[in-house]
Amino acid sequence: MTLEPTPSQTIGPYFGHALPHPAGGRIAPTGHPDTVTVHGRVLDGCGAPVDDALLEFWQPAPDGSRTGAPGSLRRDPVDGTAVGRDGVAFTGFGRVATGADGGYVVRTLRPGGVPYLSVCVFARGLLGNLFTRAYLSQAADPLLSSLDARRRATLIAVPERTGVHRFDVRLRGDGEHEETVFLAFR
Amino acid sequence: MPEPYRGALSRQPQRPLVVVDDPEAVELTGPVFGAADVTAIDSDLTRQHPGQPLGQRITVSGRVVDRTGRPVHGQLVEIWQANAAGRYAHRRDQHHAPLDPNFTGAGRCLTDDQGHYRFTTIRPGAYPWGEHSNSWRPAHIHFSLFGTAFTQRLVTQMYFPGDPLLPLDPIWCGVPDADRQRLVAAYDPELSVPGRALGYRWDIVLDGGPR
Ligand SMILES: [Fe+3]
Repeated sequence: MTLEPTPSQTIGPYFGHALPHPAGGRIAPTGHPDTVTVHGRVLDGCGAPVDDALLEFWQPAPDGSRTGAPGSLRRDPVDGTAVGRDGVAFTGFGRVATGADGGYVVRTLRPGGVPYLSVCVFARGLLGNLFTRAYLSQAADPLLSSLDARRRATLIAVPERTGVHRFDVRLRGDGEHEETVFLAFR
Repeated sequence: MPEPYRGALSRQPQRPLVVVDDPEAVELTGPVFGAADVTAIDSDLTRQHPGQPLGQRITVSGRVVDRTGRPVHGQLVEIWQANAAGRYAHRRDQHHAPLDPNFTGAGRCLTDDQGHYRFTTIRPGAYPWGEHSNSWRPAHIHFSLFGTAFTQRLVTQMYFPGDPLLPLDPIWCGVPDADRQRLVAAYDPELSVPGRALGYRWDIVLDGGPR
């Protein structure tokens, strides 16, 4: 049996009271000494910040396990308010809405076994989600090595200082800047 | 038939997607959610405030499966919607319609062993938007879903049967003919709660799972 998939529709501008959650970008356990910060902006084809995008991150734990863990968006059992993570478990999942400057920040731990964070981009004006990857190192990787230097550079989360990387997402090239490589999976 | 919605051009990539054909790709696995992420009343959007929201109370239920028909169980389903007057509880929504102090319009639940989800809410109102003069979105509920793989991530919208605004809606009409009806729920008396709520059934098929 092969069923036809349900079509995707734009996330629209009004997801902000439903999807983002407290500490959504704080994937690393609280105070973990090996925390890495990945931050950047989402930009459109005019170079303008996209202030209503939602970014999701998924990655293996530092030990390489890909099972994840529940608890990314814990609720208070009494009043149901979102309280976010417990600061101990590593769930591997992050979710952040961009701010007025198109910016986002995630704090996480380096994934085990692969050099990248998987990124899923949603925004008003996109009919569906886009997948990309933020590479924290340029270690040998089949996807990186399949791309020319200019395209490859869009997937590199550039080290700014120790433990801090910058990763911008350009939804569309503007002639001067290359657009981010977006992925499809077989 | 309106001009189909193609989204904001400046936000759409021009280059083709790069195909990753790697059985070890991290994206073939995905995040998990559990009891800690959802409390029981999160699926009842009519019970999130001291009073009852205005509008027609409804239940919306269905099954989440993958393309082989296997149920997606224990996964997160999130919804958000306008209130009965067609207004979102969101600062950017400046539609001149009343907010409802008893309705936020956001809910979540986990699918059960058979992939079923179920929400109690109110029927959202239509609302105007700026696509063209006098354009109105048909009543709809936004859905966000997770499968067992990150590649199955889906955000979409559910519509109501018989809505006269549907054939005029660029967003609904932006979906190919053959697929469009699959975004429309069915009225299902079995899901109606006597004396309390009308029932709608909407099943969801996630794409892009592991093979
Ligand atoms: Fe909407």
